Amino acid sequence: MRRRNWWPHFNPVGIPEEFDRSSSYDRKRDAIMNSVVKKGVPTEVLLVEDSPGDVRLTREAFRDANQSIHLHVACDGVEAMAFLKHEGRHTNAPRPDIILLDLNLPKMDGREVLAHIKEDESLKTIPIVILTTSEAEVDIMKSYQLRANCYLSKPVQLGAFEALVKSINDFWLTEVKLPNQRKSE
Amino acid sequence: MPIEVLLVEDSPGDVRLTREAFGEANKSIHLHVAVDGVEAMAFLRREGVHSHAPRPGIILLDLNLPKMDGRQVLVHIKEDPSLKMIPIVILTTSEAEVDIAKSYELQANCYLTKPVQLEQFEALVKSINDFWMTKVKLPKQGKAA
Repeated sequence: MRRRNWWPHFNPVGIPEEFDRSSSYDRKRDAIMNSVVKKGVPTEVLLVEDSPGDVRLTREAFRDANQSIHLHVACDGVEAMAFLKHEGRHTNAPRPDIILLDLNLPKMDGREVLAHIKEDESLKTIPIVILTTSEAEVDIMKSYQLRANCYLSKPVQLGAFEALVKSINDFWLTEVKLPNQRKSE
Repeated sequence: MPIEVLLVEDSPGDVRLTREAFGEANKSIHLHVAVDGVEAMAFLRREGVHSHAPRPGIILLDLNLPKMDGRQVLVHIKEDPSLKMIPIVILTTSEAEVDIAKSYELQANCYLTKPVQLEQFEALVKSINDFWMTKVKLPKQGKAA
């Protein structure tokens, strides 16, 4: 079945339907199964975070929530950009499916990292979840203006922090359709 | 303070399901509905009958809409300096890779496909509420004109 391409000016070729929408299945289970078993491709997550304690907590919370995540860590904005541009020791870095970005970073501020990514044609579609201590209205507004996909402030309490990481997993890595998800060959 | 949510959806059944699911999940949501892209833009620009419309804190946007397609709505919103920071959650039946890719290229905040089964649809709306309305810091909502 072919359907008319709805995107004016983007692609004049008609695009065929890829999925039978009439089939019913447990979407959540299928999404997890697809990522772990059928597709066999883990979700690549880049965490840009300078606090070793928060890195550890995030890593453990993701591990508890989802066995099929590869968590990569950049400790500052410069390393984050090198990872994304495959520079230096990051020449073989995978493209992240999603980025968790702290705002307050050494060397290059998270706000700058956000701006760089969203201005880069090859990187701008990667969803960026701001995950920071700041609750300042100016930081929230600025992040959305710079096209962050969403903004979360880190809870102080351990249990709440773990719950937040789990909710990131449950929503972004389970429900959301991420762009350009790699499929197995 | 209530959260103003704009749902852009032409299917009355889906509108009802969404309204009921949000109603159960979160009493502090004001759900506004636009049934096509033209009405959505009028709501956001406070034109005509929508001259006193509140600025939504978040938009749920179907792609396949009459009059003005959801893809055009997405383009218009993200090109408008006064609207572009409003998070847009694409909520549509399409699972086509081209729609997913293009939505993110046009800076949609995230992309969700509507489940076919009722319970899963309700669960998805609940998860939107749990994440976007209780955890995410949304940009400051403007007041009604």
